[in-house]
Amino acid sequence: MKVHIPSPLLSYTNQQNDVDADGSTIAEMLDDLNRQFPGIRFRMIDEQDSIRPHMKIFVNSEQVWRLDTALESSDEVYILQALSGG
Amino acid sequence: MKSSAKKPATAKTKTDTVVLLIATKKGGFILSTDNKRRKWDFKGPIFLGNIVHHMSLDPREGRVMLMAAKTGHLGPTVFRSKDLGKTWKEASKPPAFAKAPEGEKGRVVDHVFWLTPGHASEPGVWYAGTSPQGLFRSEDGGDNWESVAGFNDHPMREKWTGGPGDGTPDGPKMHSINIDPRDPNRIYIGMSSGGVFESIDRGADWKPLNAGCAADFLPDPNPEYGHDPHCMRLHPLEPDVLYQQNHCGIYRMDRRVVGGESRWVRIGEKMPKSIGDIGFPMVLHPRDPNTVWVFPMDGTQVWPRTSPGGKPAAYVTHNGGKTWKRLDEGLPSEQAWFTVFRQAMTADTRDPVGIYFGTTCGEVWASPSEGEKWNCIARHLPQIYAVEAAEM
Repeated sequence: MKVHIPSPLLSYTNQQNDVDADGSTIAEMLDDLNRQFPGIRFRMIDEQDSIRPHMKIFVNSEQVWRLDTALESSDEVYILQALSGG
Repeated sequence: MKSSAKKPATAKTKTDTVVLLIATKKGGFILSTDNKRRKWDFKGPIFLGNIVHHMSLDPREGRVMLMAAKTGHLGPTVFRSKDLGKTWKEASKPPAFAKAPEGEKGRVVDHVFWLTPGHASEPGVWYAGTSPQGLFRSEDGGDNWESVAGFNDHPMREKWTGGPGDGTPDGPKMHSINIDPRDPNRIYIGMSSGGVFESIDRGADWKPLNAGCAADFLPDPNPEYGHDPHCMRLHPLEPDVLYQQNHCGIYRMDRRVVGGESRWVRIGEKMPKSIGDIGFPMVLHPRDPNTVWVFPMDGTQVWPRTSPGGKPAAYVTHNGGKTWKRLDEGLPSEQAWFTVFRQAMTADTRDPVGIYFGTTCGEVWASPSEGEKWNCIARHLPQIYAVEAAEM
């Protein structure tokens, strides 16, 4: 499936905004992303498997909060940076 | 406890270049100078936009440095450089707490706050302190970090550290990780809040070390733990002499008397009453255990945490706190309301010793004359969290 990467994480993806990853759940997709781009998962998912406060994940147009959310190969995943500043 | 014989702190005293590692809210910077310490070259920003809490050079390797970083969006990590900051690589396994059992709430590292190279006999070993309070160790030069379970899983940890509200406005922190240069198994830590703690078995177990230190913000002003050390240092030549700048004053502990009680003595009461003895940093002379520098801040009423009266000054004692001398030549004489954070003041090992500090207003000040006269060597940087002096 296609995964859209936000600008804070482009240093992991060789500046690619869109990458491909596999998985039947968000967790599996993230594991595949981390295999391809080591270290990327921990920057957006904490050690308790929660999405970090200023990151958001959408599947197609729906925001998801759980890593066990199911995915279809036709889904598009959007990893977004939430508003944050200061 | 037997103290060590005096000897040079390190071989660094014969080197030519002094480097300042500047950690800021928006990235890292490196300032370097020659032996005269007059003209400074500027490098940076490094990782612009990253919140950098600490940068530290490994004195055992000479060219390896670590950086504790995160961004507003991304989680905490550690970057490593093996070429004095020219190139960087992220740690393969940054500090992180263990995953909690199903149904239990686990701890999450918000940021890595403090980095300390390990003992000289343990090349590649580093320690990291985090917010919230956690202790982590790397045995491979900062690439992979493991939890020091002796602290992080200690049955008293929750009581020692308190809750999320028992810390600094930026979160409760572990800091002031000091390794006894005679013994890699003796480790000291400071926690805001929590107090000073000591391990004699390389972190397997810990005991509070707060006797004599006040905690006047608690119902019991003399508790066993729950204190707020801002910065604690042990002297490299007399490791049984400890100093701390605490929320409740400036303290010294002398453990050189065999069988004597390990007790903090408040030495800040000899500071001018109009200035007080509240501050964040504590800087030790590399060769003289009786000389220390502090940078007082306003700790009255609502705790502005700015220079008292808007007139910044360092203070030095050359006799273990019996008397103090104000050092403000070259510093602004009025309307200067900055703060110097706990990691943001440091010393080199030259003779005379160079003293350096960074401000919340983004200025770096240097004194190659042990504080007698100050020069501003950098302005307009982001808010400065840490300044470390390194020599090569």
